[in-house]
Amino acid sequence: MADITISERQAGDVTVLDMQGKVTIGEGSVTLRNAIRRLLGEGKNKILLNLGSVGYIDSSGIGELVSSFTAVKKEGGTLKLLNLTQKIQDLLAITKLLTVFDTFDDEASALASFN
Amino acid sequence: MPEIREFSLASRLESVDEAAMLADEFAKSVGLGDEFIYAVDLAVRESVANAVKHGNKFDDSKDVELRFADTGEVFEMTVRDHGMGFNVEEIPDPTDAENLLKSNGRGILFMNSFMDTVEWENAPDGGLIVKMTKRH
Repeated sequence: MADITISERQAGDVTVLDMQGKVTIGEGSVTLRNAIRRLLGEGKNKILLNLGSVGYIDSSGIGELVSSFTAVKKEGGTLKLLNLTQKIQDLLAITKLLTVFDTFDDEASALASFN
Repeated sequence: MPEIREFSLASRLESVDEAAMLADEFAKSVGLGDEFIYAVDLAVRESVANAVKHGNKFDDSKDVELRFADTGEVFEMTVRDHGMGFNVEEIPDPTDAENLLKSNGRGILFMNSFMDTVEWENAPDGGLIVKMTKRH
């Protein structure tokens, strides 16, 4: 079974990726990287990552979030985070990445922030 | 007498999951709770990933040695690789503004954050030994 599954849906011009599982070294990180690359290739550069069902993330997964953020920004887009679990929020605080990412607790506010 | 378990892992990424599973089993066997196990899980994953990637450089002829011990008051975990060793002081601080957007370099920060002590030793006969402890 894959470490992570990613479902894609469109909310206006924002692409929401609903992630479920673990984002860890190896398959989990690669799956996220490939999903972001594909979206950018399709010209979709307003991306909201829904992490509400991500139960676990390691430093490689955190690094992949950062890589995704910079890749999207490089294409003139924006990547934001939705529904951080307490554990992920703690890891982003430890790494001082809460100062980098825009994070949201509710989807409506997150979507509105892109406009 | 402390509970002790020792393992030898291959130098491949799958060993990271295996190490986490072994740590989980050991921690449960000595009665540790979910929050404690989460901390140990993160630390063992980061240290074994470093040993496989940066220490042994995926060389299948070199193993990663993993040791768990528990005294009933303190959990201890040792990870040893057979690489060239390194000076932990030379690792850039990933929380410095200039490093925030780098994609790697946060594993040691996690180990230091989730364990009480983390000691690094270049073994006289080669390789790096990382010893971590966490009080119950």
